[in-house]
Amino acid sequence: MLAVDGVSKRFGGLMAVDSATLSLEPGGIVGLIGPNGAGKTTLFSMISGFIAPTDGRIRFEGTDITSEEPHRRAERGIGRTFQIVQPFAGLTVCENIAVGAYLRHAKRADATAKAREVARRVGLGAELDRPAGGLTVAGRKRLELARALATEPKLLLLDEVLAGLNPSEIRDIIPVIRGIRDEGVTILMIEHVMQAVMNLCERVYVLAQGRMIAEGRPAAVCADARVIEAYLGHGAAARLKAEGAAHG
Amino acid sequence: MYSPQIILEAALNGLMTGAVYALIALGLTLIYGVLHIINFAHGALLTCAMFAVWLAWAWLGMDPYLVIVPLVPLMFALGYGLQRFVVGPASHGDDGNILLVTLGLSIVLENVLLALFQSDTRTLDTDYSFQVVALGPLLLSYPRVIGLGVAIVVTGLLWLVLNRTDTGKAIRAVAKEKLGANLVGIDVPHIYAVTFGLGCACLAVAAGLLMPTFYVNPRIGGAFVLVAFTVVVLGGMGSIPGALLGGLFIGVVESLCGLFLGDSLGQIGIFLIFIAVLLVRPTGLFGAKA
Amino acid sequence: MTARDLIPIAVLAVLAALLPLVVTSSTVLNFLVFTLIVSLGAQGWNILGGFGGQFSFGHAAFFGTGAYVTAILQLRYGVNAWAGLALATAAGALVGWVIGFLSFRSGLRGSYFALVTLAFAEVFRILANAASFTGGAAGLLIKLDVRPANLQFDDRAVFYWLVLAFVTATLLLTRWIQRSRFGAQLVAVRENEDAAKALGVDSLKVKLRAIALSGAVTALSGCLYAQYFLYIDANIAYGSWISVELLLAPIIGGVGTVFGPVVGALTLHGLGEVAKQFAGRIPGIDLIVFGGVLVLAVAFARGGILGLLERLRDRGRGMVTRGTKEVSHAGR
Repeated sequence: MLAVDGVSKRFGGLMAVDSATLSLEPGGIVGLIGPNGAGKTTLFSMISGFIAPTDGRIRFEGTDITSEEPHRRAERGIGRTFQIVQPFAGLTVCENIAVGAYLRHAKRADATAKAREVARRVGLGAELDRPAGGLTVAGRKRLELARALATEPKLLLLDEVLAGLNPSEIRDIIPVIRGIRDEGVTILMIEHVMQAVMNLCERVYVLAQGRMIAEGRPAAVCADARVIEAYLGHGAAARLKAEGAAHG
Repeated sequence: MYSPQIILEAALNGLMTGAVYALIALGLTLIYGVLHIINFAHGALLTCAMFAVWLAWAWLGMDPYLVIVPLVPLMFALGYGLQRFVVGPASHGDDGNILLVTLGLSIVLENVLLALFQSDTRTLDTDYSFQVVALGPLLLSYPRVIGLGVAIVVTGLLWLVLNRTDTGKAIRAVAKEKLGANLVGIDVPHIYAVTFGLGCACLAVAAGLLMPTFYVNPRIGGAFVLVAFTVVVLGGMGSIPGALLGGLFIGVVESLCGLFLGDSLGQIGIFLIFIAVLLVRPTGLFGAKA
Repeated sequence: MTARDLIPIAVLAVLAALLPLVVTSSTVLNFLVFTLIVSLGAQGWNILGGFGGQFSFGHAAFFGTGAYVTAILQLRYGVNAWAGLALATAAGALVGWVIGFLSFRSGLRGSYFALVTLAFAEVFRILANAASFTGGAAGLLIKLDVRPANLQFDDRAVFYWLVLAFVTATLLLTRWIQRSRFGAQLVAVRENEDAAKALGVDSLKVKLRAIALSGAVTALSGCLYAQYFLYIDANIAYGSWISVELLLAPIIGGVGTVFGPVVGALTLHGLGEVAKQFAGRIPGIDLIVFGGVLVLAVAFARGGILGLLERLRDRGRGMVTRGTKEVSHAGR
């Protein structure tokens, strides 16, 4: 459904993303992992249309969307959350979510009803009339998720929705994400919480220094020498192996 | 057709008017560069300074150039106080609020002056108001030559203050990274107020240079402030050399537009440039930041 | 929109409409007509500035366009005044759209947008002041010919009702915006443009619609001004005084609210009159008050008078709920 084909982004002398390729089939949860500064969020921004790639093409359901505006992509069914949450601080939770719902529902009553339904699903049912600016970190993350969901996306890009949450909050939100997947929404998620990645993702892509260095099932990818080196530095994989052998 | 000499003279005259624009813009751009705010009260503060020069001349018989000496610290103090006790606290650090607070200030200042001095236009005359300096075949107005010289010197002094003194370094640190400056122990509100004060001090110099050839009334600042905004935007918001070059450039443009289009349309060139720069290249022609 | 949305507007409109039956002083009526004209222009500003968060410092561009278009159409082309009113409104929308297209396409916002609107208004002022087509510096005089067809009435009250009708219509329009998808998207763009885009909001289109609507309403107020005073020149129609008035009223009254601009305009002009009464004939005393109120409002009453009232009400309610909680705790 999504095909990212040799996409690059150069900021001045820095190659933030270097001909990255990625493809998603409908359904399922795919992870995008990699060390800090690997270019994951830049890649997300290119898929959602906030940054224009220097090179390469992006196709969604067979259509080339490389140069389309973000709002057109949202209409096509690409929803995203922001790593740094961006609530409409002056509005209530319900109004925040309704902005997303208005994409597919022109009438206020319908959009509000949709917003309430989505809010309940992500566990914000009790906070509907609170100002978004007054939510806790966990609340704001849920709000990001709810707003994106309210646009009824086919593909949902989640940028570190678990970051900053404590373990019990993470435990609460994982079933929510799984529930979204079960309704047929394809999910691509950037995540640092490896436990959640292992738990949720059927497949992961690994981005390091702008390049895709590995792809596959989470367990296999985590054992990949290139991935270990990307995270822990040159020679780390060999050292780990040696240590493992010594202890074994 | 105009003879080359008339055009050249107009251009040179414009250059010298531009020097005063540059001074006004210098204050504005300094405040923008450090506080990242647009000081709408800049024009009204200039009017205050011009009235101060006029008063000193009318009551004390002081030479307008001489008034600059005591006026610079006075305007500095006024600017310092305004930022520290009015603009800073009232705007809660919000960009839109600062615009509104300085707009409110400018309305108050302008109309207090109107209440005090009525809407009459006042001028002062000195022995040298109409003296000319001969430069080859060209005759240049003496006060304007002085203006150009002083503007260049003041720009240089300001540059030295910013680059060679501890306060200047603190100002640049705050301009670059407010939080970091705060962490290393720089008193940010104090530096903000000092910057605002320096911006106003520039106005004191500009007022002293303007008065021998210009007039003052309570609304005069408005005419200058838009020109100063243009200069600032053209020179790149926050850039000091940009303000000087932009000011000189705008002075020439205004003078030539006035020559070709007549006085009533002369200013339009400035605003068209202003709009074009904002639309096409908001970082300014000489803008340092990309 | 529900009955609860409409009733306050209807009640206020009816009460205001009854006023000329009680007040016959032409000074008071003059004051009311002028204040309502400013209110209407300010309502226009509020659509773009309040709901859209794009602070214009040059709404005179629209006010003046409305005034000049209707005056020129009547004087030079013999167009009927009512048709002139409609065309002036349309011209305001067009000028709004063009200025918006140029500025928003270039991504101008915040202070930059404020400055560019100011510059547009100045360009219009200089042009109108210089061109003979607009009467130059002498301005334009609409011929006194009191007939309803000319939008001139021998009774001031009739003009008052007319302006009131437009103010009421704009209150309804604003209420509709508040309750519509367009309004929700406009406010979303104000609060966070990137987040709005990610949710499928075409922010350029939304802002253009807002500035066109805003320009239309403000041009309408300019047109009514010309029609009431029958004289305009560049410094009246495109002067910075009107840009400032149109921005002050919503900010004092309550920015981004339905009634804010009207409350603000009434408060400001009321205060201005009081100041004039007390201070006698000091020129500019009303403006000193305006400026002072603006600084105070920004410093102490964000959200303006309506915001202040709401906070007071909430505080009252908060005390009540806190009280009941304590009771229930005690009960346990």
